[in-house]
Amino acid sequence: MAFIAAVSKRSSNVRGIKRPSTPYLLLIPGLSWLAMFFIFPLITLAGTSTQTTPAGGDTGTYVQTFRFANYIDAFSGAREQFLRSIVYALIATLLALAISYPLAYAIAFKSGKWKNLLLVLVVAPFFTSFLLRTIAWKQILGNEGPVVTVLRTLHILGPETGLTASAFAVVTGMTYNFLPFMTLPLYASLERIDPRTLEAASDLYANGITTFRKVTFPLSLPGVVAGTLLTFIPAAGDYINATLLGNPKTKMIGNVIESRFFEIVDYPTAAALSFMLMAAILILVMVYVRRAGTDELV
Amino acid sequence: MKRWLSKNLIKIYAFAAFVYLFIPIAYTMAFSFNNAGKSNLTWRGFTLKNWQNPCGAPEVCSALGNSLKIGFIATLIATALGTMIAFALGRHRFRGRSTVNLLIFLPMATPEIVLGASLLAMFLNLGINPGFWPTVIAHVMFCISFVVVTVKARIASLDPKLEEAAMDLYATEVETFRRVTLPLVMPGIFGAALLAFSLSFDDFIITNFNSGTLTTFPKFVYISSARGIPAQANVIGSSMFLIALAIVLVGQFVSSRKKRV
Repeated sequence: MAFIAAVSKRSSNVRGIKRPSTPYLLLIPGLSWLAMFFIFPLITLAGTSTQTTPAGGDTGTYVQTFRFANYIDAFSGAREQFLRSIVYALIATLLALAISYPLAYAIAFKSGKWKNLLLVLVVAPFFTSFLLRTIAWKQILGNEGPVVTVLRTLHILGPETGLTASAFAVVTGMTYNFLPFMTLPLYASLERIDPRTLEAASDLYANGITTFRKVTFPLSLPGVVAGTLLTFIPAAGDYINATLLGNPKTKMIGNVIESRFFEIVDYPTAAALSFMLMAAILILVMVYVRRAGTDELV
Repeated sequence: MKRWLSKNLIKIYAFAAFVYLFIPIAYTMAFSFNNAGKSNLTWRGFTLKNWQNPCGAPEVCSALGNSLKIGFIATLIATALGTMIAFALGRHRFRGRSTVNLLIFLPMATPEIVLGASLLAMFLNLGINPGFWPTVIAHVMFCISFVVVTVKARIASLDPKLEEAAMDLYATEVETFRRVTLPLVMPGIFGAALLAFSLSFDDFIITNFNSGTLTTFPKFVYISSARGIPAQANVIGSSMFLIALAIVLVGQFVSSRKKRV
């Protein structure tokens, strides 16, 4: 086996050496697209973030003055929404993990021949529009919807209190909308676990809980890391749930950036906030990946 | 009873999770049959008229048409570009590999609002008005990474011995690629295209920044949400769901049939 692997490695090496320009030719079109429409715009945005309106200039006209204090002004104007975005995204990510882990576990280990069908069903809600699903939640949690009706008859909710236009509704919507991003990576890492390792654990007198804590969960960590990142990142930048399910007190950083861009035409502040959001996410992600990668979690 | 419960707890939980996943879909579908006037927020009785006349609401079908057009063009370009990158990463050794991997990962780690805002800032700086083509460009940009990841996973799962066997049988490199590698990778490419299309079709945030006055289907839903979404939007949402589900299920059926043969 090792011999075959060595040979096949060498032969693929040979293929690579034969025409060393092939990979670059394959890369050029796609990478140029990303350079032109992802990297270059980010550089433009960096430039915009330090611009100011010239004295006596119209609103919406900006010149480059390298005013880095724009960042401080932007942050102090939106500190509340910034923190709220991070907190909401964290709660939604944890809820999604709590819902998805058992689901992914059941599909990976307990579904038998239904595995593929169940996987399709996890992705299926993706295929109706994101906005229609969010509006459906508005109806479900609305004052005439089933949840409020049941809670009101049980006297858990007062006759005047509702569930929509609240932080609760925003987090519910976020949790729901990014759920497949959590379930799929979790499933992928759980499915890869060799069932014999679990048998070995029980042969060594580990009970179900110990097996899960010491074997299954540590082996599924790559999926946990990937899933939480894929949920947290879009959730932190989202403003649809906050707009459709929230109230003015649940506005997130995305709402601020959007309104700075389109309503106030304050491009520098919008650009500075975008950069701070990206930086905050990248720092959190790096700290998290490092911790999950090196520290023993269990 | 208690033993049965603890044995099946995880299955019950998974069932509950599926119910949770499908409640909003059921709602969307149910309200496509609602005899609604202008606003489709409360139930006013069963009707088939929305399904008989899906374009009945003003602008809903032109918005759908724009979304389909943008989706098809963006999917074609992104799938082609992304597949090429996936082959370079999966089948070749070259310098600068980790930089390429980083460049593929970064767009997926960037919040959509930053992607949308930065592209709009660039288009405005260059004096390009937002609209149809800027939207296509934006969609291709965020779809490429997802295509690369999907196709690369498929290439990595291939058995290199199959290609070696072809070469041993005196197939040239081009023949091996065309008759062995490409057919084996094809399901991955198809899956990536489906993913790219659904990402593009469903995108709102980046589209909202770069489409100007052009209305796409998600944008139509968003704009009309303030004054009431017509039931026709639910008809279109429900049909897209059923079509996509049918495509995936047929694909699964075909591939399981092939395996048996």
